[in-house]
Amino acid sequence: MKNMTSPLSGKPSGSVIGSRIRFALITLFIIAVYYWSVQGMQFEGIQGTAGTVSRSILQGFLHPDWSFVYIAEGEDLLRGLLDTLVISILGTVVAAVVCIPFAFWASTNMSRQLAVSGSGKIVLSVIRVFPEIIVAILFIKAVGPGSFAGVLALGIHSVGMLGKLYAETIESIDRGPQEALIASGANRLQVLRYAVLPQVIPQFLSYSLYRFEINIRSATTLGLVGAGGIGTPLIFALQVRNWNRVGIILLGIIVLIILTDLVSGWVRRRII
Amino acid sequence: MKTPVSTSATLKAAAPDLIPPRKYKQYAGWLVLIAVLIACSIRTEVTPYQLITGLPQMGSLLREMFPPDWSYLSTIWGPMMETVQIAILGTTLGGLLAIPVALLCASNLAISRYVSLPARMILNLIRTIPDLLFAAIFVAVFGIGPFAGMLALVFFSFGIIAKLTFEAIEAIDPGPLEAMTAVGANRMQLIMFGVVPQALPYFMSYLLYTFEVNVRAAAVLGLVGAGGIGLLLDRALGLFRYDRASVIILLTLVIVLVIDYGSTIIRRKLL
Repeated sequence: MKNMTSPLSGKPSGSVIGSRIRFALITLFIIAVYYWSVQGMQFEGIQGTAGTVSRSILQGFLHPDWSFVYIAEGEDLLRGLLDTLVISILGTVVAAVVCIPFAFWASTNMSRQLAVSGSGKIVLSVIRVFPEIIVAILFIKAVGPGSFAGVLALGIHSVGMLGKLYAETIESIDRGPQEALIASGANRLQVLRYAVLPQVIPQFLSYSLYRFEINIRSATTLGLVGAGGIGTPLIFALQVRNWNRVGIILLGIIVLIILTDLVSGWVRRRII
Repeated sequence: MKTPVSTSATLKAAAPDLIPPRKYKQYAGWLVLIAVLIACSIRTEVTPYQLITGLPQMGSLLREMFPPDWSYLSTIWGPMMETVQIAILGTTLGGLLAIPVALLCASNLAISRYVSLPARMILNLIRTIPDLLFAAIFVAVFGIGPFAGMLALVFFSFGIIAKLTFEAIEAIDPGPLEAMTAVGANRMQLIMFGVVPQALPYFMSYLLYTFEVNVRAAAVLGLVGAGGIGLLLDRALGLFRYDRASVIILLTLVIVLVIDYGSTIIRRKLL
C-alpha cells in the first residue's frame, strides 16, 4: 500500500501537501486495521502437546494406511472418492443446465430494458454470495445428510458463478449472424437456435468444465459437514486422530484432483 | 428449420468442401455425457424425481427461518468481526510468504530450473488442498480457536497469491530488466527497481481478491472449530434455531457484499 500511493503523488495536477496528507491517512488507516485484527486474535500459545501431535501427524502422512484404499464390504477410500467425483459431476451438470435461463435473463443484449438484465444480475450475485458449505448445511437440514444434499449445494452455488460467466459470453457474441437471420425473416426461436447457440455452446461447455474443477475441490470438503463424499471418512479419521488414515485420504484427494484437472484440461482443449 | 437445410443443399452443389464435417464425434461426446450422468445418478440415488420432491422441504425450511431473530445480532457481532480479523491476518501473512516463492517460481527471474520447477510443484500441491481441510488439520494440532483458522487461511492464500503473482511477474515488460542488467545491476537491485514497480499493482490486486475469497472461507471455518461466525451457525442449526441461523446468514451476506464492494473499488483504482 505504501508504495502504491507514491506513484499517485507524482501526478501533475495534485498538490504535494494534499497527496502527503492522503498518504498519511491511508497509512494510519492500514495500521489501525492491523492493530485491530491482531488485538482480536487471542493467541493461547502453542499447546504443550503440539510437538508430539505434529510428530504423529508427520508419521501418519509418511506411513499412509494403505489397507483403507479398498475394503470389500464397507466405506473405503475408492468409494469415497467415487462419491465425491459423482457429486461434483451431478452438481456441475445441474448448475450448467439451470443457469442457462438465468444467463439469458441477465445478459444485456437479450432484453430491451436494462431493468430486466439488471435484476437478473442482482439475483445471480445474491446466489453467488452464499458459501457452498452454508448452502450444504441448509440442504442437509432440508433433505437429510447424504450425497443428495451435496449435489444440491454444489448445483445452487455454481448457478451464481456459471450464470455470470454464461451471461458475459452471451453479451460478447457476434451480432452479424443474428441480424442476418432477422433480416431473412427468422423468428426469435430460430435466431436463438441458429445464431446464438452455436456461438455460445463451446464457451458454455468450457466454463462448465472449469466449474467442475472447482466443484471437485469443494466436494471434498462437503463431507466434513455431512453432505456425502470423501469428507465424511476424513472427519471421522481426524476426530479419532487416526493420522495414517488421514494421510491416505489426503493423498487420495490430491491424486483425484490432479487427475480430474488433467482430464478436464484435455477435454477443454478439444472443445475450443 | 428449413432455411439452413436448403442452404446446405445449395452449398453442396456449389462447393463440396464448404460442407461442415459430419458430427459423429460430437454426438458420441453427448452420448458419453448422458451415460455418465445416468451412472452417477444410479450411484448416488439422486434422481430428477427426488429433486422435485426435495424442493417443498426446502420451502418449509425457509419459512421457519423467517422472521429472523434480530435480537441475536448483538451476540453475533463479535464473532463476525473475529471472522473478518481471521481473514485479514490470514491473507496478509499468506501474501507476505508468497512474495519470495513467487520470485523463485517466475521463469524470467529464476536462478535455475531446478529451483523453479520444484517450487511450482509444491505450489500446485498446496492448491489442491481445500481451505476447510487445512482448518480441520490445524484444529487438531493447535486446538479449537481462531488461530487454527488463521493458519489455514495463511496456507490457502499463499497458494493462490503465489501462483497469480508469479504469472504476473512472468508477464512484465522485459525492457527495464534488460536495461538494468546492461548497466550492471545485481539481482536485488533488479528485483527492487525492475520487478517490484511493475508487479506490485497486480500483487495488491490479487491480495484483495484473495481477501474477498477468504472472508467467505472464514465464515465457514467455524464449522470445523476454527473460530469465527461458523461456530455459532453450527450451534444455531444444531438447536434448530433457524430464526437465529437466518440472522447469521444475512449478516454474513451483508459483510461479504460490503467487503466485495470496497475491494472492487480499490482494485479498479490499482490496475
